[in-house]
Amino acid sequence: MSARATWATAVRVLAQLRRDPRTILLIVGVPCLLETLLKEIYSGRPAVFQHVGGPLLGLFPFVSMFVVTSVTMLRERVSGTLERLMSMPIGKLDLLTGYASAFAVMAVAQATLVSLLAFGLLDLHVAGPRWGVVTLAVGNALLGMGLGLLVSAFARSEFQAVQFMPAVVLPQFLLSGILVARHDMARWLQIVSDVLPLTYAYDALAGIVRGGPYGGRFVLDVGITAGAVLVALALAAVTLRRRTG
Amino acid sequence: MRDLRVVRGRAVVLERLSLTVARGVVTGLLGPSGSGKSTLMRSIVGVQRVAGGTVDVLGEPAGAPSLRRRIGYVTQAPSIYADLTVRENLRYFARLLNASLEQVDEAIETVGLGRHAGHVVGRLSGGEQARASLATALLGSPELLVLDEPTVGLDPLLRRDLWDTFQRLAAAGKSLLVSSHVMDEAERCDRLLLLRGGRLLAWGTPAELRERTHAQALDDVFLRLIEAQ
Repeated sequence: MSARATWATAVRVLAQLRRDPRTILLIVGVPCLLETLLKEIYSGRPAVFQHVGGPLLGLFPFVSMFVVTSVTMLRERVSGTLERLMSMPIGKLDLLTGYASAFAVMAVAQATLVSLLAFGLLDLHVAGPRWGVVTLAVGNALLGMGLGLLVSAFARSEFQAVQFMPAVVLPQFLLSGILVARHDMARWLQIVSDVLPLTYAYDALAGIVRGGPYGGRFVLDVGITAGAVLVALALAAVTLRRRTG
Repeated sequence: MRDLRVVRGRAVVLERLSLTVARGVVTGLLGPSGSGKSTLMRSIVGVQRVAGGTVDVLGEPAGAPSLRRRIGYVTQAPSIYADLTVRENLRYFARLLNASLEQVDEAIETVGLGRHAGHVVGRLSGGEQARASLATALLGSPELLVLDEPTVGLDPLLRRDLWDTFQRLAAAGKSLLVSSHVMDEAERCDRLLLLRGGRLLAWGTPAELRERTHAQALDDVFLRLIEAQ
């Protein structure tokens, strides 16, 4: 591990993002728009907004970072920069942690701005600490990043990479329990949702919205989410190959 | 390099290739497109999965981690970030190689991109992008430069300047392996390797190859070698 290589990569990725203000605007603006729409469509049933508004806030970064990362990494593979990097003295983990650091910065910015809007203007209430929601949002961004890195290895074009979003993200979202409580689902759906990381990410967020308890179940949710981030990053590292065919 | 064999899908790209590249000179790797030049270069850099044979580079097996500082590699596609400026690109790679910022400016000057250092790579012409990619390979003073068609699409003046640079680097003790499909560039090489259909057709200095084939133009040399096969 080299802190210099990690830092250099993080700075480079952020410099690339800075050159693309429209993407930054979309990353930050779209969740704000969706959170506002959610508030408005449930204006007649404010309890629903209070129920899903908090978890959604924590899940937006997951979706954004998944898309941004899978496309960015695919570009590295297609343009030949990844091949160049793999012929240079940089560790795979340095590269991945560099990416993770840069996207974590973006996730903090995104989660903070959406939180300011939701808690400040949209009257969203969570019983637990607000910083807990933001922290979990950043964790979910890293989870999205890890999965995005991973699927970029299986995409041949940016078009495919973007199509992986509904394929990988939406089923997890539907089964996480945010729309229908998991114990109301068919048994086999519960079993499937048991192995999907977003289930635990949502559970932890729902815990904070309820205001606890922060006992074993909550710790387990956070632990599994964090573990899934590490597993996704490790699998992504395996897909980075020094030698290719 | 001994008995190198590379298979892609079902096609054999390189078949039992054995050769030696001399140190401290410019070696030209010539052959039509599809002859296996790029694959051969990738094998030397250590990014190509090989099916058999051994490749030793600078006294170590190709792909050894210690070689990653000692080889500069330029692929055919300009492998640099299109959304960064030339200088930002070079600074990033310089940090990875632990090269100084002076080296960044030097490399930019060497490839004649001084005026474009602050420009975003994606808005430069193809030739300028290729030069930016080449500048990256010069960082960290590598002992061996592996350059895959570095002069494609360049202005003749600039091509001449770059070949002057290659020869200057060789005179300073660096080894260069430069691929090309343009025969007039072969004149600028100290040694030549002629590749065709994944096999080594001939090797030697331009003078030796001329003598062997009784031809003057290197184009004719290549033709006679193919006919003699």
